[in-house]
Amino acid sequence: MKRSIPVLTLAAGAAAAAPALAADLRVTYEVPRLSVAEYHPPYTAIWIENAADGASAGTLSVRFRPNHEKWLKDMRQWWRKAGRAMTVPADGVTGPTRAPGVQDMTFSGAKGPLKDLKPGQYTLVVEAAREAGGHESVRVPFVWGRAGKVSSAKGSTELGAVTVAVK
Amino acid sequence: MNTFKTRLIAAAVAAALVPAAAQAAHSWVLPSTTVLSGSNAWITVDAATSDSLYFANLRPLPLTSIQVLDSEGQPVAPQNASLGKLRATFDVQLSKPGTYKIASVSTAVLASWTEAGVVKRFRGTGEDFAKAVPAGAADLKTIKTLSRYETFVTRDDPTTTVFAPTGQGLEMKPVTHPADVVVGEPASFALLLDGKPAAGLDVVFMRGGDYWKAKPAEITVKTGADGGFKVTLPEGGIWSMSASYRTGETGRGGPPPGAGGPGGRPAPDAPPPPAQPLAGDGYAANYTATIEAQMP
Repeated sequence: MKRSIPVLTLAAGAAAAAPALAADLRVTYEVPRLSVAEYHPPYTAIWIENAADGASAGTLSVRFRPNHEKWLKDMRQWWRKAGRAMTVPADGVTGPTRAPGVQDMTFSGAKGPLKDLKPGQYTLVVEAAREAGGHESVRVPFVWGRAGKVSSAKGSTELGAVTVAVK
Repeated sequence: MNTFKTRLIAAAVAAALVPAAAQAAHSWVLPSTTVLSGSNAWITVDAATSDSLYFANLRPLPLTSIQVLDSEGQPVAPQNASLGKLRATFDVQLSKPGTYKIASVSTAVLASWTEAGVVKRFRGTGEDFAKAVPAGAADLKTIKTLSRYETFVTRDDPTTTVFAPTGQGLEMKPVTHPADVVVGEPASFALLLDGKPAAGLDVVFMRGGDYWKAKPAEITVKTGADGGFKVTLPEGGIWSMSASYRTGETGRGGPPPGAGGPGGRPAPDAPPPPAQPLAGDGYAANYTATIEAQMP
């Protein structure tokens, strides 16, 4: 019992410190306009992977067409790691698909999966899948716990530039 | 003429009962989709025996052999079932989340026994065998074959209830869930024979759609002492996973002595030769699962 006290104190300390570290996560991603016979704006999922084992550390955003849940599985990496265990729609996470262009989203560090995310190395994944179209995922590493520089990566077909910034 | 016809029919029945691997024909149960999301989840399934994998060009699997289990292990009636000339087809609604099993399970029996000093023979399904052959028949010898051709379809989160073994024939226990088989990632499974680890069996993976390939993909792995085996599938798409076990008599020897007339054909008016007893007992088990290797 005695030995566990320092651990408890540490945990309490970390929890107390968390709000001070809490930052927001700003994500931008570009959906290019494609010239194809049958175009539907892509379904997109944004989630966080643990750098160590690639497991999901939380889903930030899912954009899909309501009543078209049959296409959710086509965001297949997200589906296998997180999506299939989720209930959709989910408040604050799911929403309708958007037209091509740059999407700019800021996720509050005080809400959702970010609220309990421990400081450390992570990968942000943006995955896009179009009904009757292509699929692509873009991974951007970032450090959670303190404000940092903008990290970015670029897709080649279904996604353009993706940037991540802890603010 | 009658004899010749009888022989033709007998040959056809024999062909139907010969294990798939031995005659390079494949029996398979092929779902339209293996991974589904959302509550309005339907699949259509083809079930057939064919020369080329997943190309219906020989005969259907009997609808009576089809068993569908939902994610809670409860039987589900196939819908819109139809027995075609080349394949059986039916729909399944996945009304519950989880993993369903769709299987064709059949037993074939070859038997001989003695009744009042006369040798009798039987060839047919396990159900008919129980009806046609008297219990406690004298000199009874049987060669039994249990064939299991199956596939797994998952709606939303995968479950494992349908993998509970029945303890009969060859069955597969996944270590990697079929809904998690991904191109380039190792996947592990185990085979059970009558509920116990099936050690030292060859498991052959063949890819569907290789009809259009000059050299069809074929990967063979061996089961370990615990029945376990591991494979990394190199390409996305539908794969079959097959294994067979046999012991004792196969019942596939040459023609019985004195059966052939001149030129190897029966004389037109020759009476049917007396039935020959089987040399001994035998047992065979066949297994094929249809698995999708998903894209990374």
